[in-house]
Amino acid sequence: MQIDQYRCVACGNCIPVCPMGAIYIDPAVGRAQVNQDECVECYACFRGMSKERLFPPMVRAIRRVAKAFRFRFDPEPDICPTDAIVPQDLTWPRIVRRAFSDPQVPHESTGIHGRGTAEVKTNDVTNRVKEGEAGFVIEFGRPGVGARFGDIQQMTQRLAAFGVEFEKNNPVTSLMTEPDRGLIREDILNEKVLSAIVEIKTGLDQVPAILHIIRSVSRELDTVVAVGVSSRCDAAGNEPLAALLEREGYPAYRGKTNLGLGRVTRQVAV
Amino acid sequence: MTNTLHRWSEHYAVERRSDVPPVADDYVVFAMASRNLNDDALVDKYRTFARLALRHDPVNVGDATKGGIYRPQPRLNPLAHWRRDNRPDPERVVNDVEGHTTMAAVFSTFEDMEAFVKDLRDADLGVSINISAPMDAARRCCQGAGIRRHSVEYSLGFQGRVERLPDRAVLEIGTMCGHGMVSHSLVKKLLDWVKEGRRSPREATTYLARFCICGVFNSARAETLFDKARTGTP
Repeated sequence: MQIDQYRCVACGNCIPVCPMGAIYIDPAVGRAQVNQDECVECYACFRGMSKERLFPPMVRAIRRVAKAFRFRFDPEPDICPTDAIVPQDLTWPRIVRRAFSDPQVPHESTGIHGRGTAEVKTNDVTNRVKEGEAGFVIEFGRPGVGARFGDIQQMTQRLAAFGVEFEKNNPVTSLMTEPDRGLIREDILNEKVLSAIVEIKTGLDQVPAILHIIRSVSRELDTVVAVGVSSRCDAAGNEPLAALLEREGYPAYRGKTNLGLGRVTRQVAV
Repeated sequence: MTNTLHRWSEHYAVERRSDVPPVADDYVVFAMASRNLNDDALVDKYRTFARLALRHDPVNVGDATKGGIYRPQPRLNPLAHWRRDNRPDPERVVNDVEGHTTMAAVFSTFEDMEAFVKDLRDADLGVSINISAPMDAARRCCQGAGIRRHSVEYSLGFQGRVERLPDRAVLEIGTMCGHGMVSHSLVKKLLDWVKEGRRSPREATTYLARFCICGVFNSARAETLFDKARTGTP
């Protein structure tokens, strides 16, 4: 993302809007700037801010007068008064930032808007996680910290060494050069994203060991890790995870429940 | 996409207490179709989902590709700083549905969520329906609606460099947009403004809800949290 230096009036409204804290006022030029290394191309500023389209020289003049009298205008905090935030053309490898950070960009590998797959949200139709299995979604960088693929690779390497198989339709997996070793393309390892999700599936009996690996590697990373674990319910609607997670000392308070109301409604060609 | 899974509450504190009251004002129900399996007449299915939700007093309804009932305003005039139209627009959510997306509805009471789930059961849309909420509430809702749970997914909270996370109030409000579009710095700024009396909790909430592009931000809960923070209530 960029700030149009003619249009910017240094009102500062966009500064707190950036989830990564990448926007700042440069006192040397009196305009907002974007730290391009920290910007994850999430488009929160460009899309989330409401806009006026005021004449920048006029706004700057008013601000100079107000400043001289130490008047403090109390503007709406989510408005860019001069529509100064401008997307830039993204090329490889920077383009992966947007693919993982802007939830309105469908990822090419999944066709789904967002950073992962449908997980167990459509399990009643896809039967992806079966009884006796556990699905893991390991998310890096959220909330509000961001992550670089180098950190993510530390986790995928350790998981691969344990013998897990990464979900094939997951966007991170699509960027791996050697999935059996958990290696991600070298040219994106320093790219920063708002968050990225690694997905694996294991047997229920392996859940404690996987949780242990995740906890241990998380301590070595420069970001936060949010973990979700899923399983299929039995014929009576009971599930084995809650007790297991409690035994392992994890909170099992909140989550998603697939109600089983989905079904195949399209005619499938035979 | 785990945009509603990791909504933070005291239950996920690093040092957890045993006497934390349940979260009783945050229930998300969402619908998701699978490509080439149940995405026939999808626009109708999703519009039915949204219209059924609107019968039960939702605090937000959203389409993950278009937004919720509060959206950014691309062409304001300067009078907006004094007289801004802050009304939600649920009809726009219904009318803008175009195809594949995730539709979500957010409720602030268990009863509203349960009534909506019963309507969905009767409507038999054929798309996958999920509840994202405290697991016990979801289980009770299923029992009440005569639905057998199919699958569950638990949030285990945050690990790693948790010292990089903001304080409790910011985290509780900010994580209600799981895509991370609601910046923690903006939440912090608005918490200060509310404490200073420069904005009301409702106004602060509306600013934030505009940034949540899938409409799962719970504006009622956020308003309560802003109000508590205003007076320093723990």
